[in-house]
Amino acid sequence: MKYAFFAGCKIPYYLPQAETATRAVLRVLNVELENLEFNCCGYPVRHQNETAAILSAARNMALARQKNCAVLTVCKCCFGQLKFAAHWLAKDQELRDTINSLLAAENLVWEKEIEIKHLLSVLFHDMGPDRLRACVQRPLYGLRVAASYGCHALRPGHVVRFDNPMTPTIFENLVAVTGAEAVDWQRRLECCGHPLFEKNNPLSLHLLDNKIQAARQAGAHLITTACTYCQLQFDNVRHRHPSDQNINLNPPAVLFSQLLGFSFGLEEKDLGLTKNAIDCQKELEKVTKV
Amino acid sequence: MVLTLSFYISLALFFLGLLVRMIGWLRVEIGTETGRIGLFTAVFSSLKAVLLTLLSPRIFKIMAVLITEIGLQLPLLKNGFLRWLAHMCMFYGFLLLVLMHALDETVTAALFQDYAATLNPFLFLRNLFGAMVLLGMALACLNRIGRGRKFKATNTNDLVLMILLGLILFSGFLLESVKIFSEPAFDRMAADYMGAEDEDDLEALKVYWSREFHVVFAQPPGSDDLETGRNLHMENCAACHSRPEAAFLSLPLSDRLRPLALWLNRSQADLWLWYFHFGVCFLAMILLPFTKFFHFISVPLSLMLRAADPPAPAPMPHKNPARLALEMDACTHCGVCSEHCSVAPIRRIIPNDHILPSEKLTGVKKLAHGKRLDPDVLESLSQGSFICTECYRCTQRCPSGLSLQTLWQLSKQTLAAKDFPEPHGWVRQYAADQWADRLEQSPADHPLCEDFARHRHVSESPETFSACIQCSICTNVCPVVSAGNGLTPPDMTPQQVMNLLRLNLKDLALGSRMVWDCVTCYLCQEHCPQGIRVTDILYDLRNIATRRLQQVRQLGPETPKTALPVASPPAAVRKNAL
Ligand code: SF4
Ligand code: SF4
Ligand code: SF4
Repeated sequence: MKYAFFAGCKIPYYLPQAETATRAVLRVLNVELENLEFNCCGYPVRHQNETAAILSAARNMALARQKNCAVLTVCKCCFGQLKFAAHWLAKDQELRDTINSLLAAENLVWEKEIEIKHLLSVLFHDMGPDRLRACVQRPLYGLRVAASYGCHALRPGHVVRFDNPMTPTIFENLVAVTGAEAVDWQRRLECCGHPLFEKNNPLSLHLLDNKIQAARQAGAHLITTACTYCQLQFDNVRHRHPSDQNINLNPPAVLFSQLLGFSFGLEEKDLGLTKNAIDCQKELEKVTKV
Repeated sequence: MVLTLSFYISLALFFLGLLVRMIGWLRVEIGTETGRIGLFTAVFSSLKAVLLTLLSPRIFKIMAVLITEIGLQLPLLKNGFLRWLAHMCMFYGFLLLVLMHALDETVTAALFQDYAATLNPFLFLRNLFGAMVLLGMALACLNRIGRGRKFKATNTNDLVLMILLGLILFSGFLLESVKIFSEPAFDRMAADYMGAEDEDDLEALKVYWSREFHVVFAQPPGSDDLETGRNLHMENCAACHSRPEAAFLSLPLSDRLRPLALWLNRSQADLWLWYFHFGVCFLAMILLPFTKFFHFISVPLSLMLRAADPPAPAPMPHKNPARLALEMDACTHCGVCSEHCSVAPIRRIIPNDHILPSEKLTGVKKLAHGKRLDPDVLESLSQGSFICTECYRCTQRCPSGLSLQTLWQLSKQTLAAKDFPEPHGWVRQYAADQWADRLEQSPADHPLCEDFARHRHVSESPETFSACIQCSICTNVCPVVSAGNGLTPPDMTPQQVMNLLRLNLKDLALGSRMVWDCVTCYLCQEHCPQGIRVTDILYDLRNIATRRLQQVRQLGPETPKTALPVASPPAAVRKNAL
């Protein structure tokens, strides 16, 4: 199956390492990526106008369908938004007709069969842990990692169908592939706070701090994310606002694509670890330097 | 004399305009981080920067940019061959016309000793350059019409440029065509260069010129001595006059106009057209700093400044307001950004032109120059600006090298500071009950319930909120409700919001802090035993509030800002309650 890489809006400028690391990991796994000019997934505008958000999402899916690809996202919010749109488009004939009539001008059609996949599902279900494990050259034994799920991939469960929304395991299993230990921590399923960033900063940072504290209490060396917004919140936002809320910089955050790529032995130019605002390399080096 | 005088006056006005324009750059304010810079600092720091750059290896980078981006216009090629071709034709056609034709006495005559405007290859080249501009213009128009179907591709600035350019070209070709058959022109030439002593000779030359050079005479020449005519021509005229066939556009046009030739000759059309042609050229020169023609200057400047930036990796984008002002003047309204904008499709549902970067920039420019904008315009500019996701694509595509990403970041700050933030910001202005009061006073065109009926998650359908049993599980799992730690808790809980809906106190829900502080984590929705789509409902409430509260935002006198106490029951049951 071919995947069309869906970077989303924030990655090109704010988180380029998410793209380079993902591409590098998938290259190792011989996954071919199609590059299409997608538009915004629609998630940010959903507060204002659900139909506009659904049109945005539908156009992306229709573009992928034209090329016979599945959409591969690395962001939980993009993923959730595409799934949400697909759910209601499938369910509501009238909505579907409206959207398709708007897409018709570009010869695009939304159809039900378009597949939307998150990077984690591709890695876990399409590749499988064994295939990943075979690529690990730098096992991260001794590293304790808190995996942060990201709300919009988990819930609403029957819409996104990502994993069990109450007791998911996919992320911990993937972390285990690298040799690291996935710690059990409170708030692993909770919100990182980013949806309110620059909308209500005290609340947003407070939610962030709650998560960080929980990860620290569980003894994690690193937090890993598989979502653009979670990573921006855990890394860039935390780094920029340390004094506001006495937010602790430990444990640092790392994208799962970076973590996995590191265990594959990939190079810094692909992983972009130095691009992370809060240094996460020292933790990785600690466990591999033995 | 008149000509020279008007040329220098126009030139002076042009420089004055240029100065005004550049001083305007220093008055620009954008974002809340940087202020204006003074004239002295600006001049000093730019001089310093220029010197430092000239002495550094970056000068090579600038030269490279000069060749690739300005000379070959590669950034345009990236955006399509036809677009590039059109612009190359216009750019080089016009540039060469200016250098070789408009400035012929200074440039062409200095380069070619026996230059004469009516001699080949100059005659031919003038037509060729004109044809290039025309071809470019035609392609550009087609492109704009094609894009116009998708979005507003052309604004007044584009039109003014096209019209000015069109007038210059059209009057030029017309002048040349009329001159071809002009008897007065022939007479002037004959008097000046042949000193026609002999009446018969003159008639012979006339025969030759009317046959071979397409001149139309009021009195048909009284001779048919073509041979003598040719000899006289060779002797007196040929050194300066190539055959008109080389004017491959003007000659056909002239032939078309032939039926009117006698009348045109009599009314001295060549003279009038000559004045007209120079007139529009001078006008264009005077207007240059204030029309799109200005991009002739601003785009190369913008591109070269960018080349002079310290190299990556340390892409600390500059936030220099004066330079941003120059860059905004370098926008050619080519529309490339809008074609690739990540949020452009949203405009098909929310019909706001300010969603498109090329249109938004016009507003941002006014904002930065401190122009007064109507609240409606600011509202629309704010909506467009905050829908932008800062995806960086327009910045990467812009052929004029504008720092669009920075402009968007800063203009959002300005808009927010001017009290036009995104809805999450301005809804905070009033408490939920104050919003409800405002809604009650507002002269709405349709009742609120119609809005609710149109939204899938809050409509009256039985599967929306009516099955809520007020168990408060949603409230118990909500991270916003339990945030604590000195933060003001939301004015109500998710369960209370559901209750307001059930009690048909929907207007009270719209401005609620709970609705606007929801992080959309979907925990409530996942846990609700009744399968109520709590989060989706809150989304719908924001959708409705964005539009409805917007309408009553600027309404009446400011009511004091008070927040509803936590968990208070909704204010007195209102008239519109069940
Ligand atoms: S940065 Fe904003 S304006 Fe530019 S392309 Fe992206 S969404 Fe559109
Ligand atoms: S959990 Fe569901 S049923 Fe219970 S109060 Fe909330 S919305 Fe109502
Ligand atoms: S979705 Fe909103 S209301 Fe529901 S639990 Fe999360 S923050 Fe609270």
